Amino acid sequence: MKLKNLAVAAISALVLALPASMAEAKKVKGEVTNFDFSFQGLTGTYDRNQLQRGLQVYHEVCAACHGLQYVAFRTLSDRNGPELPDDQMRAFAEMYEVWDPELRDWRTATGPDHFPESQFEGAPDLSLMTKARAGFSGPYGLGINQLMKGIGGPEYIASFLLGYTGEEDFQAGSMFYYNKAYGDWVSMAPVLFDDMVFYEDGTPATEEQMALDVAAFLTWTAEPKMVERKRAGFVGVIFLSVFAALLYLSNKQLWAPIKKAAKED
Amino acid sequence: MSGIPHDHYEPKTNPEKWMHRRLPIVGLIYDTIMIPTPKNLNWMWIWGIVLFFCLVLQIVTGIVLAMHYTADVNHAFASVEHIMRNVNGGHMLRYLHQNGAMLFFFAVYLHMFRSMYYGSYKAPREITWIIGMLIYLAMMATAFMGYVLPWGQMSFWGATVITGLFGAIPGIGDTLQTWLLGGPAVDNAALTRFFTLHYLLPFVILGLSIVHVWAFHTTGNNNPTGVEVRRTSREEADKDTLPFWPYFVIKDLFALAIILAIFWALIGFMPNFLGHTDNYIEANPLVTPPEIVPEWYFLPFYAILRAFTSDVWIVIAVNWLTFGIVDATFFGVLAMFGSIFVWALLPWLDTSSVRSGRYRPMFKIWFWLFIVNFVVLTWAGAMPAEGIYTNIALIGTTYWFAYFLVIMPLLGVLEKPLPQPATIEEDFKASLKSDKDGGPKGPAADPIPAE
Repeated sequence: MKLKNLAVAAISALVLALPASMAEAKKVKGEVTNFDFSFQGLTGTYDRNQLQRGLQVYHEVCAACHGLQYVAFRTLSDRNGPELPDDQMRAFAEMYEVWDPELRDWRTATGPDHFPESQFEGAPDLSLMTKARAGFSGPYGLGINQLMKGIGGPEYIASFLLGYTGEEDFQAGSMFYYNKAYGDWVSMAPVLFDDMVFYEDGTPATEEQMALDVAAFLTWTAEPKMVERKRAGFVGVIFLSVFAALLYLSNKQLWAPIKKAAKED
Repeated sequence: MSGIPHDHYEPKTNPEKWMHRRLPIVGLIYDTIMIPTPKNLNWMWIWGIVLFFCLVLQIVTGIVLAMHYTADVNHAFASVEHIMRNVNGGHMLRYLHQNGAMLFFFAVYLHMFRSMYYGSYKAPREITWIIGMLIYLAMMATAFMGYVLPWGQMSFWGATVITGLFGAIPGIGDTLQTWLLGGPAVDNAALTRFFTLHYLLPFVILGLSIVHVWAFHTTGNNNPTGVEVRRTSREEADKDTLPFWPYFVIKDLFALAIILAIFWALIGFMPNFLGHTDNYIEANPLVTPPEIVPEWYFLPFYAILRAFTSDVWIVIAVNWLTFGIVDATFFGVLAMFGSIFVWALLPWLDTSSVRSGRYRPMFKIWFWLFIVNFVVLTWAGAMPAEGIYTNIALIGTTYWFAYFLVIMPLLGVLEKPLPQPATIEEDFKASLKSDKDGGPKGPAADPIPAE
């Protein structure tokens, strides 16, 4: 029955690992660093201060080009998020202008409004970016890396921001920059430089710190209910395990007389 | 039902008798859940309950999702994000529905493999098998159309590729594809009809499932020995069987609870592990993703579809013989649909008179090779269609067709089966004895501890 064992092992591999190969398995060709984030693991949660710093980086740097069209300003006050106090959240929203289809004009944003869309076509919306990118792949499409390290969206974003080698290329009227996380030339210029923002909480604004902060913030914008989801995961797994144990005992007791009779026969 | 002697519903009180004369529904339910079930069913017989649970889960979560979803190309992607962010519990509902489809397919494959190993499709259960294959086809259609609804990049391009298969049919292809999509390309007309059909088909599956259950309640369950339940007297039948309720309901619920605990962990801790990152990018007809791959449960057939390139000799031969009408693309489409068709014909391709693979030494080897091949095809389907991967897919495809069209018909003639137990009772007792000795006897289907 060696073949059977092989088949069972193959099925197990399929169940555990293989399907994740679709998480852009073949595509990742650049170098992605496996950064540590507070939200990783079964119990990881967002670091509120880091999300607030990331929000600041987004606001002062990324927002010049990129939108966050699926994120409402009011959610900046949500629990397990950046948790801005209500008045700060409103004051923050007022720094943005949104298009009002009823007024047919731009107006100052309020809490229920969403962040604006991207400013120009070449810049993708960032709301879901950390779920739309994979940092890790393989080996051979087996998805084992994704299982061990996660899909790697936040790691990819941070690595991308830090991945500029300084090489530039002017082609067909546009400037291209080499990025080793992407593994190719990109049209986005390097944007982060040491101390380009000033963090209120005194954290030194190094390039890497800013990249990690904004990657964490974008993970929250992509998956704002992650903490609630993990909590539901724990509750559900514990409940179902207890339920399974009770059913196991019920089943054992239910079948005991049947098996006893069959053995005595 | 089932021709196995057992007790039937007897209305005792006057209201019960009043009801029973007018609508014998209580009797129908009683006879259905009290069906005599072979005592020796192993842990591979739990997938029916798991599948029924999946269907209910998908219908319930799906109906709630549909309350918040907007089937319009301009709003679909945003409405899914609305569900993920603003709807109470919406993120859980959506992850449950998305991963629930995967549990559904995982369970259906194991259910089908069980049927293949123990010969559950053989006479007199061919209709059960055929209805099951129809359910499987309906599931594939439902899952495919459901995947289009979030209107991500992979939704759009997946729909383009799959409807393009119909476009590959010579002559009528283009017209057919346009008719299916309601336009020249995947657009709003396609999205709205996919949404409507995605809502409709699960109820067709529900109806087919009832017929599926009806069919095997008429023939009685198969069991790991493949030996029929004795039907000559009530005493003998009682020695072979136990009523479905409570003995198998509780057993199945225990297995379901374990599977759901694992499933729930997947939802809670890694809900996007089995998905594709590109589907978090809104559909853009102007940007083709670098790789278009379907969900994992379609990958074996995707591998078969892509295995036949124009340099394969059989494609060249068929192309020449049909005066160029059947090209490589159409050949791939035929192979893909053919691979499911031969699967459905299994009851008539398997010539062996022995049902259970347990007593078929040669069959066992080929069967497990089929399982390995299935996994290899799944993997090949996820890899790029180039170099060594198409060769692997081609070998896998060849084995797939050889298994059904050559090995199954020949084995029945060539193989010398092992002796089978005379009765189910005998097998049940033997399995208890070997439990005591510590070693599992026969194919231990699942590592879950026994009853």
